Amino acid sequence: MNSKINFGVVVFPGSNCDFDAYRVADEILQQNVKYIWHKDSTLGAVDVIILPGGFSYGDYLRTGAIARFSPVMQEVVKFAKNGGLVIGLCNGFQILTECGLLPGVLMRNKSLKFICDFVNLKVVTKNTPFTSECLEDEVLKIPIAHGDGNYFADEETLKSLKENDQIVFQYCNKNGEVTDDSNPNGAIQNIAGIINKERNVLGMMPHPERAVRSILGSTDGLKVFNSIVESFIFQS
Amino acid sequence: MNYKATIEIMLRETILDVQGKAVEQAIRTFGDNGINKVRVGKKITFSLSAETQINAENAVKTICEKLLANPVMEDFNYQVEQLNQN
Repeated sequence: MNSKINFGVVVFPGSNCDFDAYRVADEILQQNVKYIWHKDSTLGAVDVIILPGGFSYGDYLRTGAIARFSPVMQEVVKFAKNGGLVIGLCNGFQILTECGLLPGVLMRNKSLKFICDFVNLKVVTKNTPFTSECLEDEVLKIPIAHGDGNYFADEETLKSLKENDQIVFQYCNKNGEVTDDSNPNGAIQNIAGIINKERNVLGMMPHPERAVRSILGSTDGLKVFNSIVESFIFQS
Repeated sequence: MNYKATIEIMLRETILDVQGKAVEQAIRTFGDNGINKVRVGKKITFSLSAETQINAENAVKTICEKLLANPVMEDFNYQVEQLNQN
């Protein structure tokens, strides 16, 4: 590959994982990266958009509901419809469901508690630009930190997600078994991350950007980011 | 004409309302008072100007569908009343 990948990290008022995402792209992946302010009405030259975690617009009304109407999101939707890679992490996932790029919704955790902990994630499919560097059924150790991660979708949507291989991550135990005990938030069918039908927009509640150095307790999050980089190498 | 809109948003009946359940358990600490099916929702009010009652209602409905409620998990209902002109 002769040129670097251009990452864009969208910053909303209330984003708090934007800096982490920026540093992954910059220091670890050694690619180009820039912040994109929520009021910007152009994305500029970007290859990958990261919607970071946080509490955009204070989570007012519903998580992600107000962010969806920010000027930058109109551009992100266009970018995604044109095939650009978009990854929404935690609050980013919530925004992606609110703006209709991904189906379903993230509801309040079943326990009503904000949960900040490491979880085990089963890689359900590696047939995505975000998981191609993982092994099928591999178990990743990645942290979650959310109060509204209880994924819900109706029967019809769930059927469609399965039929189209769109469920990307499920909460599981250490052995990779998807059990009720390993479900931290009540998400239907332990769903932790999904992709759109076109396979260019991923949303996940866990924070891979917080699992990229051994000092953080895990480096498994790197597999998600390395997959993104690899997807561009294969393209060129 | 000026109108006042009052909107009520509730989780759909088919969805477990964990907040309602928690409130219900707290109510139970007062003893068995026959209270059940507690559900927690939101109330939103605003004023708006529109040519007619129908126009006002249509505007409120559109705003509910687009922003105030998420149809995947929530139902909404609304009332629109004309305000006295002064």
